[in-house]
Amino acid sequence: MSMYLEMIRVRFLMMLAYRTNYYSGILIYSINIGAYYFLWSAIYGNNEEIQGLSVLQMTTYVAVAWMARAFYFNNIDREIAAEIKDGKVAIEMIRPYNYLGMKTMQALGEGIFRLLFFSVPGMIIVALVFPISFSANLSTWLFFFVSLVFSFIVNTQINLLTGIMSFFLFNNTGLIRAKRVVIDLFSGLLLPISFYPLWAQTVMTYLPFQAISYIPSMIFTEGFVGKEIFNAVLLQAFWALILLIPIRLLWSLAKKQLIVQGG
Amino acid sequence: MNVIEVQNLRKEFKSYSSRSGLSGAFRDLFTRNYKTLAAVDDISLNIKQGEMVGYIGENGAGKSTTIKMLTGILTPTSGSIVVNGMNPHKQREEFVRTIGVVFGQRSQLWWDIAVQESFRLLKKVYRVSDEDYNRHMGHVIETLEIGPLLDKPVRKLSLGQRMRCELAAALIHNPPLLFLDEPTIGLDVLVKLKIRKFLKEINEQYKTTILLTTHDLTDIEALCERVVLLDEGKIIYDGKLNQLQSQAVEGKQVEFEFLTEIAKNNLVFLPNVQWEQKDATTWLAHVNGDERLVSQLISLVVQKNPIKNVRINEVSTEEIVRKIYEEGMALA
Ligand SMILES: Nc1ncnc2c1ncn2[C@@H]1O[C@H](COP(=O)(O)OP(=O)(O)OP(=O)(O)O)[C@@H](O)[C@H]1O
Ligand SMILES: [Mg+2]
Repeated sequence: MSMYLEMIRVRFLMMLAYRTNYYSGILIYSINIGAYYFLWSAIYGNNEEIQGLSVLQMTTYVAVAWMARAFYFNNIDREIAAEIKDGKVAIEMIRPYNYLGMKTMQALGEGIFRLLFFSVPGMIIVALVFPISFSANLSTWLFFFVSLVFSFIVNTQINLLTGIMSFFLFNNTGLIRAKRVVIDLFSGLLLPISFYPLWAQTVMTYLPFQAISYIPSMIFTEGFVGKEIFNAVLLQAFWALILLIPIRLLWSLAKKQLIVQGG
Repeated sequence: MNVIEVQNLRKEFKSYSSRSGLSGAFRDLFTRNYKTLAAVDDISLNIKQGEMVGYIGENGAGKSTTIKMLTGILTPTSGSIVVNGMNPHKQREEFVRTIGVVFGQRSQLWWDIAVQESFRLLKKVYRVSDEDYNRHMGHVIETLEIGPLLDKPVRKLSLGQRMRCELAAALIHNPPLLFLDEPTIGLDVLVKLKIRKFLKEINEQYKTTILLTTHDLTDIEALCERVVLLDEGKIIYDGKLNQLQSQAVEGKQVEFEFLTEIAKNNLVFLPNVQWEQKDATTWLAHVNGDERLVSQLISLVVQKNPIKNVRINEVSTEEIVRKIYEEGMALA
């Protein structure tokens, strides 16, 4: 166990070593939030609310969705692909740990770093510039953090799956890029799921993506109330469990399939 | 006791060959041409505890592939491997705790963090106690002289500095078995000597078994009594290094440097001696025989012509191995 904690720490240190990368990141996220704020203000016009969300809730939704993204987002799929491509995965196989577990811990180290140095200060800045409502309800915050952890888990699981695919495909930059677009679209980052046409919503209930962004953001903005919150978190937990199955299967296949490139 | 037991080990790689041209590319979409290549071709090998074995062969002979299978990274196509009493691939997590590996061309330290952070992480990974770590690694760090490098990020180290750190990293859990794939690649003479001395030391102190591949045969001469010679995936020699020497070449060379220019008919002619002129005053005698013939030759030559210098050349391992690579083992 302590080695996994140590890995989180090491990744944290690495992020600190490259912290200048993050100043540009803050700018990009702020621009995104600003742009969506003005877009939604225009769409709302004189409407009090659309699909059960007020303008204020919508702004909050946009802000929290992007800031949560800073936490759950990671590039471990690309890292896995790169490690396979340059043969570094050989080194990982001679370590007495679970490669995927270690990758997850690296992602977590990165996530915690961004949460502390990016999302929290970012959220404060955004709250100063745009009207955003923070709940006064402690249980909302509690559920939000639980659901944020699940969104990290589900997103990381999907990244692991995409990463493992490069054991078979060898060059899977296309798949990785496609996955990214799919997640941004279907997770509710750009558009809350309730804004999609009904048939699309039905389709999306059978996909794990809304567990990533839509659910934590809806909890934060109090777009979900009462039992809805509970069910939503349960749905996340459900996906987190289900996704373990294909990961397990593909990983045991991948290990047999492994070809290490180079000398 | 055998630390490594390998039987009829084989590894095939499938490689796809692309057809040429557009229509070829189109056909490749449906059926692909592939060739199989046996990188390791039916080898059997036993290594005892405490042995230092040199694993040599030309580029592409299959050395690294063997090591990758022995360390559990690659699955063999067929054959059986038992290392430290375990199946490397099946019992991976348990197995890798008992081995240390260095790949010369590949870093296993984390690039962006200080060396000591990597060590700290590995210490946790291998669950080494503070006590053991301080005792064992204190010694390793001292012998390899890497103390001053520990707080530097790996990317800022020179190759030789990094290699010493890699070696130390592979030893954090003091494994009884060490695989070194070209550990001295690109190192200067001093660092090489340091590493050799160190390997000898741990071999004596802990009876660490070492399997070493290298293209620098002086490494092998300095460290290994036993060599395994691989050619196109097959073992063509497995035995003592000095026997390889005596098997592969018969005879010696004697180089005479005379005071004056000497014509060929002024030389001494004996059966089993061939002369070769190197320059105006220097001649080389290839003697196909034992020491007695050599001394007889020298005494006869010296009586006849005043000489400046005589040198008896042993054939170097390098030359032997070059010959074997070129002409195959048939020569021996
Ligand atoms: N991933 C791979 N796919 C296809 N062929 C491979 C692969 N890895 C190695 N080979 C082939 O297997 C053979 C043995 O390679 P290997 O790396 O074991 O050689 P080596 O003895 O370590 O050589 P060197 O001294 O150059 O390091 C080579 O012919 C190589 O082309
Ligand atoms: Mg090699």
